[in-house]
Amino acid sequence: MSSNVAVVQYNAGNTMSVVCALKRQGIEPLVTDDPQLLKRAHKVIFPGVGEAKAAMTYLRSRGLDEVLVSLKQPFLGICLGLQLMCSRSEEGNTKTLGIFPEEVKRFPPEDKIPHMGWNTIEDLSSPLFRGIHEGVYVYFVHGYYAAKGNDTIARTSYILPFSAALHKDNFYGTQFHPEKSGTVGEAILRNFLSL
Amino acid sequence: MLTKRIIPCLDVKDGRTVKGVNFINLRDAGDPVELGRVYAQQGADELTFLDITATVEKRKTLVELVKRVSLNLNIPFTVGGGIRTVEDVKELLESGADKISINTEAVKDPSKVDAFAGEFGSQCVVCAVDVRHNGEFWEVYINGGRTPTGIEAVSWTKELESRGAGEILLTSMDHDGVKKGFALDITRKISSVLSIPVIASGGAGTMEHFADVFTEGKADAALAASIFHFREIEIPVLKKYLKERDIPVRMADEQE
Repeated sequence: MSSNVAVVQYNAGNTMSVVCALKRQGIEPLVTDDPQLLKRAHKVIFPGVGEAKAAMTYLRSRGLDEVLVSLKQPFLGICLGLQLMCSRSEEGNTKTLGIFPEEVKRFPPEDKIPHMGWNTIEDLSSPLFRGIHEGVYVYFVHGYYAAKGNDTIARTSYILPFSAALHKDNFYGTQFHPEKSGTVGEAILRNFLSL
Repeated sequence: MLTKRIIPCLDVKDGRTVKGVNFINLRDAGDPVELGRVYAQQGADELTFLDITATVEKRKTLVELVKRVSLNLNIPFTVGGGIRTVEDVKELLESGADKISINTEAVKDPSKVDAFAGEFGSQCVVCAVDVRHNGEFWEVYINGGRTPTGIEAVSWTKELESRGAGEILLTSMDHDGVKKGFALDITRKISSVLSIPVIASGGAGTMEHFADVFTEGKADAALAASIFHFREIEIPVLKKYLKERDIPVRMADEQE
């Protein structure tokens, strides 16, 4: 596993949860918004809890939007991180990073929102889920979802089926929180760190 | 399928668990981190730490505890007790708490709910509501259940939702500690009118009570303390029981 892991610092991170999860794997991550340090890291994690428009405004104001899409090393967006990697979000009608062509939409109000708690992931495909069984439970908290598309590598159903994880080239995203998903989440994080 | 959550609650004073606990093979049952880790291994879906110290000089102990919990636990956890300001919330979230819970403060100054949700997002704002039936309606109590407010519970939880609460933790003081079951009617009423999750608390004595609060009470999660601490009900056994009754739960042994 690589030792040089950077966690993107910005205004929509409860980064401590991710930092602690990495520490449990024996890794001391670097939490930074410095483009040079992000480019040099072996792995980059892009966490996120918050609101899409404010997050994008912040990333653009520091030029981080262009830095993130240009990165070549394995990159993992979590929760809002995944949503910001998509093309557009209904939250604040925001143009996002556009790494994935999928769009992010608000759940229709047919059940409780946010989708909060443990739900299953299915149709797993990608090295991110190596050794992970179909139908394991992971922890979600979100009111918006990425639609299913060509980059979908895990599916979850709540109100409707959506992308629980996406993958394109070096970019990975999980709508769920691997850092809060028990031993399953730890195994997924280890898979990412081993890419 | 989204599962119903089981949430053990740990009362903490000066960084130590308060209520007696009956765990063998536990190095230090008074250590909230040790106890929390056992619950996580048993399949608890989340944990709640309720700080009953809540004096300014002791707050640092809580922050240190939250940091230790975050380093050692791999499931979500909520911290409550004595939270009053945006700075309080920021410090706890930055120390690794996933959610904070407020109770009295939301009644005294409801705009705090807007402020916390606006600053940190609804997903981390749990509003705890203590209720008791006064003969006419379910009335909201504050100050640890000592002070009646005259406020009606259903309308209050709707206001909390509109102000940005992410979840409601509903405790019936009539039922709390009695072990004769949760307050099913008021839990169902509130869960049905709200579009945010409701955590039921107070009254769990048997596994059937949990089944009842998820089916009849329409609760999204159930919280309990002493029955777990004293091992009257063990979480893996409870989850197996619920699963056999077609209530969706996450089984710990299905994890890998």
